[in-house]
Amino acid sequence: MHASVRPALSVNIPPTAVTNTATGQTAALTLRMTISKVNFYYGSKQSLFDVSMGIATNKVTALIGPSGCGKSTLLRTLNRMHETIGNARLEGEILLDGQDILKQDVTAHRRRVGMVFQRPNPFPKSIFDNVAYGLRINGSKAPIAESVEKSLRHAALWDEVKDHLHKSAYELSGGQQQRLCIARALAVEPEVLLLDEPCSALDPISTAKIEELLVGLKDLCTIVIVTHNMQQAARVSDFTAFLLVGQLIEFSPTPQLFTTPTDPRTEAYITGRFG
Amino acid sequence: MNVHLRWRKFVSGFMLTMTGVCAGISVSVLFLILGYLVVRGGASINWAFFTRLPAPVGEVGGGMANSIVGSGKLLLLATLIGVPIGFLGAIYLAEFSGHRMAFIVRYSADLLNGVPSIVIGVFAYGVAVLPFKQFSTFAGGFALGLMMIPITLRSTEEFLRSVPNSLREGAMALGASKWKTIATVIVPAAYRGILTAVLLAFARVAGETAPLIFTALGNTFWSPGWAQPTASLPVTIYNYALSPYEDWHRQAWAGGLVLLSLILVVNIVARGILARGISVSRS
Repeated sequence: MHASVRPALSVNIPPTAVTNTATGQTAALTLRMTISKVNFYYGSKQSLFDVSMGIATNKVTALIGPSGCGKSTLLRTLNRMHETIGNARLEGEILLDGQDILKQDVTAHRRRVGMVFQRPNPFPKSIFDNVAYGLRINGSKAPIAESVEKSLRHAALWDEVKDHLHKSAYELSGGQQQRLCIARALAVEPEVLLLDEPCSALDPISTAKIEELLVGLKDLCTIVIVTHNMQQAARVSDFTAFLLVGQLIEFSPTPQLFTTPTDPRTEAYITGRFG
Repeated sequence: MNVHLRWRKFVSGFMLTMTGVCAGISVSVLFLILGYLVVRGGASINWAFFTRLPAPVGEVGGGMANSIVGSGKLLLLATLIGVPIGFLGAIYLAEFSGHRMAFIVRYSADLLNGVPSIVIGVFAYGVAVLPFKQFSTFAGGFALGLMMIPITLRSTEEFLRSVPNSLREGAMALGASKWKTIATVIVPAAYRGILTAVLLAFARVAGETAPLIFTALGNTFWSPGWAQPTASLPVTIYNYALSPYEDWHRQAWAGGLVLLSLILVVNIVARGILARGISVSRS
């Protein structure tokens, strides 16, 4: 279950992040996933260039950058969702707990690395059946009702839905639906949770709820979030990676990236000069 | 100027009337047929019509019980043949095939749908009657089943395609294989549409006569099983209507009414299912 404890220094994490170990803030930092020299192509069009970075265990890593910079693409490679697209091709190596994810069984891998999408996408089933879905298809031996309750509690949705678990998921509001999708992903107890702009379709109050939730979920799993919203990245993440036209420009602890960016392009982006 | 304007108003009014009249005619044709059938057939329908075998020529009375049961058996067979093939083919088309393959299959299905039913009948005669030297319920069901395939396939495919891709991604991101995704999320999300498609295909072939003339043939008695000729409503109506006996004409009207009512009910049920909404919001 746990990654072999490896020093942050030995992996492909940019120097800016590594210097962070010196501050003591991330002294016990281990990496759940490592991305090494990833190039990604849609047909002949390359959309990621030589991206290398580490995803720290039980931390929130944010991916920011302007539209089309490849942040969603990078996120989707982490649970191999890119394979659902016909002509996509990935080069490089991505490790989860030291194992090459491309050599694992894809369904088993996706069970370990869950994903929440931009728009809430609950299944046309009851609230209960939505959360239970992952457990059922994986033939989980765990008592399903308990797991459903636990997951809904983790997603801060239990109190709102406990009296009508058998209502259709479509009767929930957009924000509740998104938290339901988070609960659904948590139910299979993933090691990593990927979120692809989870709040882009939500109002500010629902967004605030989800952000609050993410910070609490860190103890449960490792989180990678793609966001358009820099304030959101600043609020919820421990590390932030800035991507531009498929390249990783800067990857640092979040406070550092937002206060003292080393690359002029990062500074231009976070100060709102483009993007 | 004024004359010109009046002319234009006249043309506008004339065309409006014409379009209204034509719309009225097209609707009234249906109601004329329905009304005529209800009047002529309604007067002839009685309990014996549903329960008795046809009376021998010259005797008054009797019914079409064997035709009703025969039609039921034929449609059951047709559904068993047409629906699984159309349904699984649609899953392949909507979820697996590439553009080229999908184009070929879709185009063939449309062509098959356009093949005149009499040609389907001749084909079924060649394939399912001649080799066995026997007209049969099987052959009739086979012919009708062939006709159900393209209708089921095309409309099921449409409904599967209308399921948002985000649901496929959601299921696969939870570790569902492609087949599990289809079986547990996609098909349940589209089931109302698929059910409607099946019902409409059923209603479409229920009234077919031509494919049955060469295959199920007809029978004035009970058909003992599946490998013998059987009576069916459309063929019996056809035979009775062409006969020189007044009492058979009366029964043909009654048969027409029963057949039309069946098709109408199936159509209304299908509309009802669809009107309750596709179970997925199409956002």
